[in-house]
Amino acid sequence: MTELLDFLRSPLPWYVGGPLIGLTVPLLLWLGNKGFGISANLRHACAILLPDAIKPSFFRYDWRNERWNLMFAGGLILGGIVAGVVLANPEPTRLSAAGAGSVQALGVQLRPGLVPAELTNLSNPAVWLLLAVSGLLVGFGTRYGGGCTSGHAITGLSTLQVPSLMATVSFFVGGILSANVLLPLFMAVMG
Amino acid sequence: MTRTSQIPGVHTEPASSARTVTGLLVYLFAGLYFGVVLVKSEAASWYRIQEMFRFESFQMFGLIGSAVVTGMITTMLLRRSGLNSLDGQTIRVTDKEKGWRRYVFGGLTFGVGWGLAGVCPGPIFTLLGAGIWPMLLVLAFALLGTYLYGAFKDRLPH
Repeated sequence: MTELLDFLRSPLPWYVGGPLIGLTVPLLLWLGNKGFGISANLRHACAILLPDAIKPSFFRYDWRNERWNLMFAGGLILGGIVAGVVLANPEPTRLSAAGAGSVQALGVQLRPGLVPAELTNLSNPAVWLLLAVSGLLVGFGTRYGGGCTSGHAITGLSTLQVPSLMATVSFFVGGILSANVLLPLFMAVMG
Repeated sequence: MTRTSQIPGVHTEPASSARTVTGLLVYLFAGLYFGVVLVKSEAASWYRIQEMFRFESFQMFGLIGSAVVTGMITTMLLRRSGLNSLDGQTIRVTDKEKGWRRYVFGGLTFGVGWGLAGVCPGPIFTLLGAGIWPMLLVLAFALLGTYLYGAFKDRLPH
């Protein structure tokens, strides 16, 4: 029993987790011809929340046809409860030596959990700024680019779409730039 | 792929509200599955994302790479099988719009955001479920970003 619990709490190796992620693409196609993607939910939420008088045309469509995507997001929250609370890994993420060193150099301690306490500590105003800027860029960029990691990197590449290859390369160029240059600068300034 | 004819008696439009609800419930479970995998494979871990963008481990590259290869093979097999989706439609993949500007500029913008707080849209929801409440702030600003795109869409190169 404890062995089973230990197993359920421990992380999956990439060669198990990766295929399980990839299977989402045919699963959603089979369930109802749905293209796997998550960021479109942000658009649907805007379409639901914005009052008609100030709604840009981009949000004028029948979001009810896209309810499946909102349900999927609801499922993601449930998944977070199951895997991140009930069966949370009690160990810190097992980073490579180099990765652990880099994280420490950023002034962040490697503790159990998915996001370091230093980046979720809302008593620090700099954390508000970091989370807000990050969210803003994610929301704007995913809609401008027409998708996120799931829509382009997983679904788009799986179905051999050239635009998705351009988007995925751009995701990585932006991410490499921000993780290596912007974040260290930000962490140094916020102290 | 040739379009197979519809099965008699199977309607592509939602037949009744009760059926729609059970039909939608399936996606809740699909999301639950994906959320669990995101956490268990550590794709939702800020630490892993930093490690990836610094090329300090193979973990995330193996994860994304094997996901793409699996998706490619299984989607091809599904389409070749001639199987219909559960609601009786021919399985088809919608092609992404042509062009390059939006993918490069939008992609870069998203990438910079992803590298900072280590969040892409899926993990925002999953981390919220895991009780990381500051993700509400990320979500609120992601909605603002989405709104700003909608408001300025016509002035941006696509």
